[in-house]
Amino acid sequence: MSRTRSPGRWRGAFAVAVVAGLTLTACSGAGGRSSSGSGGGKTITVLMVGNPQMEDLAKVTADNFTKQTGITVRFTILPENELRDKVTQDVATQGGQYDVATIGAYEAPIWAKNGWLHELSSYADADGGYDEADLLKPMVASLSGEDGKLYAAPFYGESSFLMYNKELFAAKGLTMPERPTWQQVAQFAATLDDKKAGVAGICLRGLPGWGELFAPLTTVVNTFGGTWFEKDWTPKVNAPEFTEATKFYVDLIRAHGEPGAPQAGFTECLNTFGQGKAAMWYDATSAAGTLEDASASKVAGKVGYAYAPVNRTTSSGWLWAWALAMPKTTKNADAAWKFIAWATGKEYEKLVGSSLGWSRVPAGKRQSTYEIPEYRQSATAFADLTLKSIQEADPVNPGRQPRPALGVQFVGIPEFADLGTKVSQEVSAAIAGSTTVEKALADGQRLADDVAKEYR
Amino acid sequence: MTTLTRHGSRRRPTSPARRANGVRGAAWTTLAWLAGLLFFLPVLWMVLTGFKREVDAASNPPTWFFTPVLDGYRQVFDRDLTPYLLNSVTASLVSTLLVLLLATPAAYALSIRPVAKWRDVLFFFISTKMLPAVAALLPIYLLVKQLGMLDNVWTMVVLYTSMNLPLAVWMMRSFLLEVPSALIEAAAMDGASLTVTIRRILLPIVAPGLAATALICFIFSWNEFFFAVNLTATRAGTSPIFLVGFVTSEGLFLARLCAAATIVSLPVVLAGWIAQKQLVRGLSMGAVK
Repeated sequence: MSRTRSPGRWRGAFAVAVVAGLTLTACSGAGGRSSSGSGGGKTITVLMVGNPQMEDLAKVTADNFTKQTGITVRFTILPENELRDKVTQDVATQGGQYDVATIGAYEAPIWAKNGWLHELSSYADADGGYDEADLLKPMVASLSGEDGKLYAAPFYGESSFLMYNKELFAAKGLTMPERPTWQQVAQFAATLDDKKAGVAGICLRGLPGWGELFAPLTTVVNTFGGTWFEKDWTPKVNAPEFTEATKFYVDLIRAHGEPGAPQAGFTECLNTFGQGKAAMWYDATSAAGTLEDASASKVAGKVGYAYAPVNRTTSSGWLWAWALAMPKTTKNADAAWKFIAWATGKEYEKLVGSSLGWSRVPAGKRQSTYEIPEYRQSATAFADLTLKSIQEADPVNPGRQPRPALGVQFVGIPEFADLGTKVSQEVSAAIAGSTTVEKALADGQRLADDVAKEYR
Repeated sequence: MTTLTRHGSRRRPTSPARRANGVRGAAWTTLAWLAGLLFFLPVLWMVLTGFKREVDAASNPPTWFFTPVLDGYRQVFDRDLTPYLLNSVTASLVSTLLVLLLATPAAYALSIRPVAKWRDVLFFFISTKMLPAVAALLPIYLLVKQLGMLDNVWTMVVLYTSMNLPLAVWMMRSFLLEVPSALIEAAAMDGASLTVTIRRILLPIVAPGLAATALICFIFSWNEFFFAVNLTATRAGTSPIFLVGFVTSEGLFLARLCAAATIVSLPVVLAGWIAQKQLVRGLSMGAVK
């Protein structure tokens, strides 16, 4: 090229551009944080999942909590997996971006052990109005650390039960017992399965994921006498009981389950059963609120509820709680506790009930909730069964043998999320018919053995 | 007569060729329409789903005929969308301006008046795009934390600027190469200064390219999720963070998610629509064809 450069001038122009850019960036950097405004008093940040009960919390906070205390609350709503990653990242790097985070019953004891969470017992004991004794015992047990202290305050809790379409049962002259066995459920499913009418006998989760497929399946394994690990960490994934339970579950879905079962999780089953396209559904007790809401479900008022089906145990419902925890990195511990105490307190439930509707109360954590007449009236069909199912669930001893870690439908160790998800992918493939249960569980046993080596 | 005959005899052999051309043209047009519709279908599906009830949105097989409702949009506006939109606009707009400001002179120095080893420089620019974003996350996170710039929208501005800069340099270079060198030499002969050459000669010619580059940078910044989810919290969250907040593991969410996605895509659609004339010219010149 024949063109000549004029380096001096060019350098000057470039420098101007860079300086302009940097100045702009620096100036605005100062104002960056104010871009979304800042409250006058103290401000706390809350990270939570987008479940309906949490959305209600975000809705009523400004007009109530902030008005009462002067503390502004900023919410970030993320899906479960992103939330777990964010909190882990924030706490591990001491980022201190969040004062309160929503965590599940699976994370609470593990994160407490890692030293990531602020213990809440001392706050709860000192807070006269909190009434810690009113919290349901299994909830407290599942959210406590090894030191017996509470590390996350339950916001709402759930167990699992069997939901059935009363109209379909009546049409065939069938009666659901209060405490059905899995064999009875399988017979009902066979009788009510009506492929021509597009009605499945039962809807069960087949979507891979430790919290999807393995939530109901682990409860089936428990009641069939199986376990992931024995007390001394001997893996039992390909043991006869585990295999029998998994085969039963897979065969039941393949014979009388919903179409597209390998991709069906909670949401898909909620929709299938809510549309009247399944005669039964075994899943979370928290589904009942949506099923009884006529604007979201075609079976509102037609659903019957029974205890989680059993085989060799007397009960088998799971135990889960969404709870509010305080990362250790928070710089606003007192304000954060005030928010947690308000959101998980008795008055909050009454506030939600009277302002948003009693079906939206975040129940399943306090005994007193079930004594509120308005709540009892709105949840007549399932309130007592939910409470009893939660009370019967035992996260310490959920099956027929002593367990090495806490958890009904999961094993309370950090490795379980990965282990459960990998095995669930194979079981889901067995539901799809592309592998066998034996092969899936043999692979699972190898993976479980690797995990057990860490603990033996 | 002879003329006519001759004319007729000349036309006869070309007629089938023309017909063949016409058929081929029609086939291409049909194919283009089909491809266009195929690409547009997910967008249409998103917009339609936003007007469904949650129950209809999740139904399988999907429902095509339904009574439109605004429940999804109501839920979207129940949450405060404004700060997220403002953050997205700030991050995207400012980073795009910075990118253009830095990329254009860089591209000039790599095309019209190439610096020594310009090939190496070009390769260096593009090599920065070869590192997967996840590999850079931890150092970036720690650096930003040390600087006290976590959850700050200007962190996103700096990041998006650096992420889009290599692409913009390459694009702008290809547009600048299209400028006839004779024009620049003529301007120099007439005594035009560098500023005048850029303002009066170069910019009008590469304006479409500039618009295309700007739009691509804007879209990339607008849609970026990975760094936004990791580096922002409650103050600097951008629109994609607002969007994923509608995904829940308990309950139905497709309709409200689609409603939110429709709203969040509007600014990009609007930007594209405003710049469409420039874009068509810009995308058909240079390397981005």
